[in-house]
Amino acid sequence: MTAPATTPAAPTVHPGGQQSGPFPGHPAAAARFIADVDRAHWHDQALWFVRVKRDRAAAQLPAWERLRDLAQAIKAHALSDLARYLEEFERNATAHGAVVHWARDAEEHNRIVHQLLAERGVTRVVKSKSMLTEECGLNPYLEARGLEVVDTDLGERIVQFRHEPPSHIVLPAIHIKKEEIGELFHDKLGTAAGASDPKYLTEAARGHLREKFLGAQAGLTGVNFAVADTGAVVVCTNEGNADMGTALPPLHIACMGLEKLVPRSEDLGVFLRLLARSATGQPVTTYATHFLGPKPGGELHIVLVDNGRSALSGRDPFRRALSCIRCGACMNTCPVFRRTGGYSYGTTVPGPIGSVLGPTQGPGAHATLPFASTLCGSCADVCPVRIDLHHQLLAWRKELVLGGFAPVGKTLALRLTAWVFASPWRFALAGRLARLALRLLPRGLMATLSGAWGKQRDLPPPPPESFRDLYRRTHGRP
Amino acid sequence: MPTVALFVPCYVDQLYPQVAVATLRLLERHGCRVVFPPDQTCCGQPMANAGQAADAAPLAIRFLDTFAGYDHVVAPSGSCVAMVKHQYPGLAPDHPKLEEVRSRTFELCEYLHDVLGVRRVEGRFPHVVGLHRSCHGQRELRLASGSERQVPPFDKVKTLLSSLTGIQLVEPARTDECCGFGGTFAATEEAVSCLMGRDRLDEHAKAGAEVITGVDMSCLMHLDGLARREGRPVRIRHVAEVLLGEAT
Ligand code: SF4
Repeated sequence: MTAPATTPAAPTVHPGGQQSGPFPGHPAAAARFIADVDRAHWHDQALWFVRVKRDRAAAQLPAWERLRDLAQAIKAHALSDLARYLEEFERNATAHGAVVHWARDAEEHNRIVHQLLAERGVTRVVKSKSMLTEECGLNPYLEARGLEVVDTDLGERIVQFRHEPPSHIVLPAIHIKKEEIGELFHDKLGTAAGASDPKYLTEAARGHLREKFLGAQAGLTGVNFAVADTGAVVVCTNEGNADMGTALPPLHIACMGLEKLVPRSEDLGVFLRLLARSATGQPVTTYATHFLGPKPGGELHIVLVDNGRSALSGRDPFRRALSCIRCGACMNTCPVFRRTGGYSYGTTVPGPIGSVLGPTQGPGAHATLPFASTLCGSCADVCPVRIDLHHQLLAWRKELVLGGFAPVGKTLALRLTAWVFASPWRFALAGRLARLALRLLPRGLMATLSGAWGKQRDLPPPPPESFRDLYRRTHGRP
Repeated sequence: MPTVALFVPCYVDQLYPQVAVATLRLLERHGCRVVFPPDQTCCGQPMANAGQAADAAPLAIRFLDTFAGYDHVVAPSGSCVAMVKHQYPGLAPDHPKLEEVRSRTFELCEYLHDVLGVRRVEGRFPHVVGLHRSCHGQRELRLASGSERQVPPFDKVKTLLSSLTGIQLVEPARTDECCGFGGTFAATEEAVSCLMGRDRLDEHAKAGAEVITGVDMSCLMHLDGLARREGRPVRIRHVAEVLLGEAT
């Protein structure tokens, strides 16, 4: 669900100076981000701020945990009967005049969208944030065919100007400082040099986007929820850009992954309350627009994309990852994500959920992601739909080891350790030798020998005897 | 008087025997008969968390064989206990003693609080103490309510600590953020691991902690290693040592 389907196992390459060449794996990419400690801390603070806002918003709802239970149950139910709900949705959407398309993979999705646009002679498209089109690589696909695609979400527009993918699914430009945006806008939009006032810069972007909205011949949006019993698609934005982008042009194309389906309109009450609070700490997004059929005289096309989702729905325990409503809360809470940035994951969806989804697309290319976690479990406790993210990461580790994707050196070292642990006398002997080494070898040599541990950390001063020796001395052998 | 089998995690046995001694004495002080089954080695967590289930399984079986038959099994480690409770069913599903041992294995503070019903620990610890809530105790064993969840607040370790005479508990700004240890993560993701650890030390220092304590010596070993390298003045003590108090 990450790299474009045309190159399913290929590493994602991020332009914009973040990474060049194949994805080096999380540890290396993370170390590079952390090399600028001030920036890593700044990034960490920015996301922690959102996490705190989320905590406050969640605390306002006494029924928060109950809502999470409900959301989890609704999603589990919908996914268990997805085929039926998809058909129901198609029937109802069609009855309201929408046209439903089915795309097996990213390539087919891109082809369908391009064909719809080309048939109508469209060359200028405005888009409102959709991680799915990002996943499918739609922008480059359309641009290569001579179309202009403008992302209208402010953050998305910023990364688009920089020729970068989003670094976060809800806060796509969270890795960029406002001074850098000032420079970028000075360059692209002619704002005053050295300006960094967010209000001023936002105004400038607004003016620029207004022109794009007015000139657009089609509006593309993502979908947050599709409702089976009405056939409506719901799009949540804070800037109203989905509404702007679809109000003027005659053609609206809504692109969605199969898993966005909820059975009934009533279910939306659960998800809309959870989504905005989890994502940004707002009680509700500013705009939650329901599209039920095309506007008078216009066209509404809905593209339903599989791209690996139905395969995932058959895989325990990873099927639970399909419940994800893309709120980004797991990224904001993840202490690793906060300090290493979205690009360190090399996937469209980064962070804890991205580390679960990434390997489903190609375990080899994403083998380091399930290990890019301390398994602290904060992600699972934050997730509004209760995806057991850290347990899924652990399950992935097992699969990667079985598949031979884990580093051989580490695997062998742990195998040897397990062999030592398998017998109490081997364990006691090894312990004695290690403590002896700790005592006798010079500190510098120990630091080298202890490798990654000793680079920045000391080892504890060794005690003269182990507990088991001490216990035997004082208690005797029972 | 319950007979408690002391489970001493492998690295505590070899590197921090004083933590095992403190655990033993604390349990005895609270009326337990404590034994140390000598056949124990390691619960298998390093292998299991690295995804090497085949290497962890024999250690899980050894653990279950060794600890079957006692009233309770108690360990000064949240993560090793979480391992026994949550991962053993997947590693040794057919072991005849699986359920018995799992349900009778406890982290030290959890045992004192939940099983022995202790709310007051006699002792003196006149220092400013920061509590590091290690993740597996926090989110796998639910030793405290947690900052992410909307449940009535509770904190078993803090309850016990705050009953000591003279102790002054302080809170780091992010009350239950991970220290970055994470088992093999500490080595494979060395850069992030160390940054996370230093950030924890900074927040505890900001809160004024002279001593940092917690239920997992592994996290504390990581924090201690960073603090030692930089010559920070903070002292790191396992919660068993703190609860035992200082001799007056
Ligand atoms: S996994 Fe959960 S927390 Fe993460 S983005 Fe999806 S819904 Fe949000």
